[in-house]
Amino acid sequence: MEFKVPTMAELMAAGEEPEILFWVGCAGSYDERAQKITRDICKILHHVGIKYAVLGTEEGCTGDPAKRAGNEFLFQMQAMTNIEVLNAYNIKKIVTGCPHCFNTIKNEYPGLGGTYEVIHHTQLIQDLINEGKLKAEGGESFKGKKITYHDPCYLGRGNGIYEAPRKALEVLDAQLVEMKRCKSNGLCCGAGGAQMFKEPEKGKKDINVERIDEALETNPQFIAAGCPFCMTMLSDGVKLKDKEQEVKVLDIAEITVRANGL
Amino acid sequence: MVAQILFLVITLAAIALFTFNFRKIIRNIRLGKSVDRSDQPQKRLMTMLRVAFGQSKMVVRPIPAFLHFFVYIGFVIINIEVLEIMIDGLFGTHRIFNGLGGLYNFLIGSFEILALTVWVSCVIFLIRRNVLKLRRFKGVEMTNWPKSDANYILIVEILLMSAFLLMNAADAKLQILGANHYTVAGSFPVSQYLMNLLPSNESALVMIERGCWWFHIIGILAFLNYLPYSKHFHILFAFPNTYFSNLEPKGEFTNMASVTNEVKAMLDPSFVPAETEAGKFGAKDATDLTWVNLMNAYTCTECGRCTSVCPANITGKLLSPRKIMMDTRDRIDEIGKNIEKNGPEHQDGKALLDDYITREEIWACTSCNACVEACPVNIDPLQIITELRRYAVMEESQAPASINAMLGNIENNQAPWKYSPADRFNWANEK
Repeated sequence: MEFKVPTMAELMAAGEEPEILFWVGCAGSYDERAQKITRDICKILHHVGIKYAVLGTEEGCTGDPAKRAGNEFLFQMQAMTNIEVLNAYNIKKIVTGCPHCFNTIKNEYPGLGGTYEVIHHTQLIQDLINEGKLKAEGGESFKGKKITYHDPCYLGRGNGIYEAPRKALEVLDAQLVEMKRCKSNGLCCGAGGAQMFKEPEKGKKDINVERIDEALETNPQFIAAGCPFCMTMLSDGVKLKDKEQEVKVLDIAEITVRANGL
Repeated sequence: MVAQILFLVITLAAIALFTFNFRKIIRNIRLGKSVDRSDQPQKRLMTMLRVAFGQSKMVVRPIPAFLHFFVYIGFVIINIEVLEIMIDGLFGTHRIFNGLGGLYNFLIGSFEILALTVWVSCVIFLIRRNVLKLRRFKGVEMTNWPKSDANYILIVEILLMSAFLLMNAADAKLQILGANHYTVAGSFPVSQYLMNLLPSNESALVMIERGCWWFHIIGILAFLNYLPYSKHFHILFAFPNTYFSNLEPKGEFTNMASVTNEVKAMLDPSFVPAETEAGKFGAKDATDLTWVNLMNAYTCTECGRCTSVCPANITGKLLSPRKIMMDTRDRIDEIGKNIEKNGPEHQDGKALLDDYITREEIWACTSCNACVEACPVNIDPLQIITELRRYAVMEESQAPASINAMLGNIENNQAPWKYSPADRFNWANEK
């Protein structure tokens, strides 16, 4: 990267505190496709000059997939370990790159002693647009391009956040088209509830294919996502339908970075 | 006089029988584990008013919402007429509220129009179920009984409304004939068109009027007693069910206090755990669920909105959230019957997991909350699925192999994949 991503340990050593902690998440740390999104979120934070930091190697899985799979022990072990780290660094505000991390830290950590202001990166982007710190200029033009947004379950139904990601797209002056099942009626990509880590049960179709069929009905040039697991599922679907040339699946952070030429 | 005594006896018997069966259901719900839903009474009240009274979640599907609204309003308002029927029946009076004058005419007129809309709606509902065969009303769980149950309810409602209108028609005709006891009262915007179908003979008209009157009231009392055996309990349970529904964000799963104690003791040997309910982790049987889960099961009217939006079900998997609710109800009913027959300690060797709900079903769930969002009365099938998974994973260590591998990775590498924690920050080294 063209700039150094600051870690909490470094800030602490320098006697400084960040305005916001960027919680990267496991997918954002290890999954090649999601790593790009992680770097783009850093580019946005760096560009607007927010004082931020990441935990780096001190971060561990929030425990979300363990909890959804029914292993409450492992979840709480992960949660308490993370909370200890977060509290030791006196963290107040967190932005996550993943709706699953977002939901877990925001809703399930407070009961275990970890209370923070938690936002998802699409909310951060919306805030920055509202504050005038982020525009859609100096980069690729999305003007008039057809974009359809896929609601991640843990952002949408799980936490009622439907508008922030759409606001972040509206600024592009693109043509936003909704799928038949959107917002509170949005169809899952198929990855939630620990499905990401297992083969689907016997059925007549894969869930991500059902979703991609619906997305392709809108004839989009871009499918916008806000979750690394949705990203995997949607990209796989587009590949399967042999539409990789015509349709790109991009995270809202990536679209923002492209539009601003960061 | 004989008629009055007969009426009193039938009414008391019906109420007694209903109370007897209703208490059994309350007992069954109480077999569930405790959960505190006494917080935020104002918000709970508003939720109930909005979702149950206001039918706010029905409007997502406008056609059934429109038809259901008529049946709902009809049910609530025509009950005012039932009050009059009760008083007339007990005291041998005829149209006792007649004294209200113009208002009475207005009320009877409104009841008639409502009765017609209920009648028409129920006929359309029957057509939707049996002729159009909507996908929502099919599915593995929609076996003979649930299908017949739905049809019985609709047919009874049609018969009750027909009797009500026919009774009014005969009454109106008797009023015109100036028959003894039939004082001029009420307005009959709908039943006036039925008058020509009826004979002009006074005694025949009295027979029809009385016959319909008895049929209507006995029908209502019989219907009341049918509720405990049918899926139709939502007309009562929708209200407490929405009042006690989950107010937290849907994405939030409960943190198990019993686990917190053990984890804290593991991380800090000096930790003294707080008192919590001992027992197994998660749910194997219906009695391991909370009373709210069990009330959910009795509230379910099997409309299938949950199943029709379930991504697993849509793509042909076995999982159906409606079946989860129906299985839970069937199982807790069975446990209740066992208690009556063999005492509270009886074990029949069966359980909700495996005997009713299979592993294949619970592992197909994406926890997307579409079913919870879709339910017009705030039922939460996902909570039951989660509790069953908790039992399978924590008590039995029986999860699909790939899930076990993922859990092992989190335990060892702090990530669901097999990567080294030392490499977690490598993403920053690339462009």
